[in-house]
Amino acid sequence: MTSQVDQSEAVDGSDGEGRSGPVPPPGTGTRAAKPIRRLDRVIIRFAGDSGDGMQLTGDRFTSETAAFGNDLSTLPNFPAEIRAPAGTLPGVSSFQLHFADHDILTPGDAPNVLVAMNPAALKANLADLPRGAEIIVNTDEFTKRALAKVGWSADPLADGSLEAYHLHKVPLTTLTLQALKDSGLARKDAERAKNMFALGLLSWMYHRPTHGTERFLRSKFAKKPDIAEANIAAFRAGWNFGETTEDFAVSYEIAPATLPPGTYRNISGNLALSYGLIAAAKRSGLPLFLGSYPITPASDILHELSRHKNFGVRTFQAEDEIAGIGAALGAAFGGALGVTTTSGPGVALKSETIGLAVSLELPLLVVDIQRGGPSTGLPTKTEQADLLQAMFGRNGEAPVPIVAPATPAECFTAALEAARIALTYRTPVFLLSDGYLANGSEPWKIPDADELPDLTVEFTTEPNRPDGSFWPYLRDPQTLARPWAVPGTPGLEHRIGGIEKQDGTGNISYDPANHDFMVRTRQAKVDGIAVPDVVVDDPGGTARVLVLGWGSTYGPITAAVRRVRADGGEVAQAHLRNLNPFPANLGAVLAGYDKVIVPEMNLGQLALLLRAKYLVDAQSYNQVRGLPFKAAQLADVLWAAIGNLDEEGRR
Amino acid sequence: MTEDRFPSLRLVPKSDEPQSPKDFKTDQEVRWCPGCGDYAILAAVQSFMPELGIRRENTVFVSGIGCSSRFPYYMNTYGMHSIHGRAPAIATGLAASRPDLSVWVVTGDGDALSIGGNHLIHALRRNVNLKILLFNNRIYGLTKGQYSPTSELGKITKSTPMGSLDAPFNPLSLAIGAEATFVARTIDSDRQHLTSVLRAAAEHEGTALVEIYQNCNIFNDGAFEVLKEPGTRDEALIRLEHGRPIRLGAEQGVFRGPDGGLHLETVTEANQDRILVHDAGAANPATAFALTRLADADTLHHTPIGVLRDVRRPVYDTLMAEQLDRAAADRGEGDLAALLTGSDTWTVA
Repeated sequence: MTSQVDQSEAVDGSDGEGRSGPVPPPGTGTRAAKPIRRLDRVIIRFAGDSGDGMQLTGDRFTSETAAFGNDLSTLPNFPAEIRAPAGTLPGVSSFQLHFADHDILTPGDAPNVLVAMNPAALKANLADLPRGAEIIVNTDEFTKRALAKVGWSADPLADGSLEAYHLHKVPLTTLTLQALKDSGLARKDAERAKNMFALGLLSWMYHRPTHGTERFLRSKFAKKPDIAEANIAAFRAGWNFGETTEDFAVSYEIAPATLPPGTYRNISGNLALSYGLIAAAKRSGLPLFLGSYPITPASDILHELSRHKNFGVRTFQAEDEIAGIGAALGAAFGGALGVTTTSGPGVALKSETIGLAVSLELPLLVVDIQRGGPSTGLPTKTEQADLLQAMFGRNGEAPVPIVAPATPAECFTAALEAARIALTYRTPVFLLSDGYLANGSEPWKIPDADELPDLTVEFTTEPNRPDGSFWPYLRDPQTLARPWAVPGTPGLEHRIGGIEKQDGTGNISYDPANHDFMVRTRQAKVDGIAVPDVVVDDPGGTARVLVLGWGSTYGPITAAVRRVRADGGEVAQAHLRNLNPFPANLGAVLAGYDKVIVPEMNLGQLALLLRAKYLVDAQSYNQVRGLPFKAAQLADVLWAAIGNLDEEGRR
Repeated sequence: MTEDRFPSLRLVPKSDEPQSPKDFKTDQEVRWCPGCGDYAILAAVQSFMPELGIRRENTVFVSGIGCSSRFPYYMNTYGMHSIHGRAPAIATGLAASRPDLSVWVVTGDGDALSIGGNHLIHALRRNVNLKILLFNNRIYGLTKGQYSPTSELGKITKSTPMGSLDAPFNPLSLAIGAEATFVARTIDSDRQHLTSVLRAAAEHEGTALVEIYQNCNIFNDGAFEVLKEPGTRDEALIRLEHGRPIRLGAEQGVFRGPDGGLHLETVTEANQDRILVHDAGAANPATAFALTRLADADTLHHTPIGVLRDVRRPVYDTLMAEQLDRAAADRGEGDLAALLTGSDTWTVA
């Protein structure tokens, strides 16, 4: 019971051995004299049946961990089915949390601790555990029938096949029922509190504060106080069980991380994105209009924005994806900040309307929370394979700017950046998040609302021709944006549409030369969008290998880069937040390295664009498993690239 | 007072001075085929708009794709010529976010009932404050003459040389089934009737669906001739007027049958008290639905025109605005700093 830390983000090259020795426990003065070991990071995975409440358990542990001040990163992983058959492998739902006393970037490669609520949860997750990991199993669920359901003829808890791990056999259900025997609850209801028993046990093991969870349970079950009290009783019983049973000989402490000064909260990508949209509306002075159709993993944004009508936010749950974006575009014509939220299959349906928005040159945000494809694909798993769809997935020449956040918290700034581009240049803008960012969470330093970018928009209110007439396609010479004159403005009545328009007047035009000019002008407008330079992290300035990523691969790539550097390797890193247009310095950056490695959760979409635009021999490294990269895996890739270069140098 | 006459335009700014039909004409050359029924509809709408008494700049025409959907280019208001079938969705977003606008949708039988059928029925059930003008010529014109979802069964066209196989939609039955609160039918060539129906639609709060029988003289000429010809129209056309007995020509009337359906009978002294009296405001849509089934789909005999249904139901955009107002009243105007901070924070010194 010593090795709790894997090597995924060994910033200091340590072997992960915790510093041991008793330290005063936080928040409680009554802790018995069990040894306390200090660790610098831990990865815990809660796994159970879809109905076992693992996501809630993980969320609660995360909240307490955030409140305690650790840095953290989470990875919820659940099936697309709401209730797959109980006890089966497809029904397993899990929640992984990595927390540390220092800055971390990923939910971790391999769990140090697995909580398995049934045989299916154990079987589905066992392969991810390193030797020596701790496994806490609910022995009550290891019945012959349950074992047979997952194809185990012998009980792995008894046949010695788990010798490589540190196994804690806990009858979670029985203990929970005992703790609640006086609660008056029916057995079935009492049993459901077993996830809180497990949470209590883990909270004891890792010295998590407990009052937040008790407060949460009281408010969640405010209308059913007996259920609230039962859950709290189970939670406390779990804590006390850890404290008294001899099976758990040691507890662990992970000191708070030293983050930059400020006020923090924990935030998921979809929540950060929702707040970013509200902030963009506020800072632009425009009402927010969301037209959306429910789709995993984007629906949370619709839910969240629907809660904030007091910000003047209108949410429209449309009859389909097409109506969702259509309504948003209609609202944009009327002067709103129009937004539609969806995932890959929804983007496919919206393509024609995005093309219309390109032609109308109206601001519009298209938020794509990418998931595994093609078609329905893997609705609850992550992927970044919609880049080329966002880039090219329309008829005709229809360029659309693309913004992609790198972390859950960055979804906030990405929404503001997408709005800035849309409003300044009067264009639809893609915001490409993904399932991993959407559901994953991390601490977020809360920004000062008054210091967010000023996105103020001036509608056109006066004629723009010397003769007192108004031309809807008379462009700003700097941005090439056309005027945004909204209905209700006297004297500026005009008609726009998807048919090619004459430059300036906006009247229908089939003139060949005019069409050629308009196609090039729309492209030039997007190409000319001002985006920040890409920043290269190359501490020594002598690296020959550059690793370039975009989107949610930022965490694992950065963790891998740290590992390589900690072991003496030299590698430069850059991450793209703007994918159309690319930053102006990108070509020069790429040319500055002997080798460019591009890890992507697709089959090489960014690499294809880089090769086409910059004639650079960018090397793809790909994975489409519905899960983020692991830091160790990417570190190997970087080492191989460095090694190959050295070998080539010797030849 | 305008305000009383057009309650649906209560929130739309009124015009300071009288407007004329000319104010609603654009400098764009009208490009429909010579003789197209669309010209008559355009002229009628341009003539009618000043009657609304609202500011021209607060009027928006949104269309989809098809011959009829060129309409916005010829109206000197704000306008959008969008994509095939989607005009009701786009107009919904506009109307729901701008209660100060009068929003009109212009669409055709292919645009509204084929590719855009989904958006049409959902706009109707939501009861968004939209006026939908559905130009029905029972043919695809812009794509040069294929059968449409309102073409009669067995229609011979380029895509159906042996006759079309699919049964047509009855647009007004469909609309009533979709919970429409206002359903009317009129004819392109009858300016006076067309205008009266436009007026009733404009007065209606919520979604108004106006089916306009429109002649495509190139690909389906004479489709509605039986309703127009002096020699036949008296026997084919039923003019509905709220509160009046429903009669066809001099001798026939509409009666309710034992099965709940409607039929025509020769009016006699004995039965004249039982002639159905038209009640557009009936809460139960059954009679309005039965009226939509009265016409013979092939011959168009016994075709009712006028307002079939006109009832009150809460309007989507009004309800949406009320929710926003209520949220602000209950919780105060949104405070961005408070939202970003939330309730679960910690501070690093």
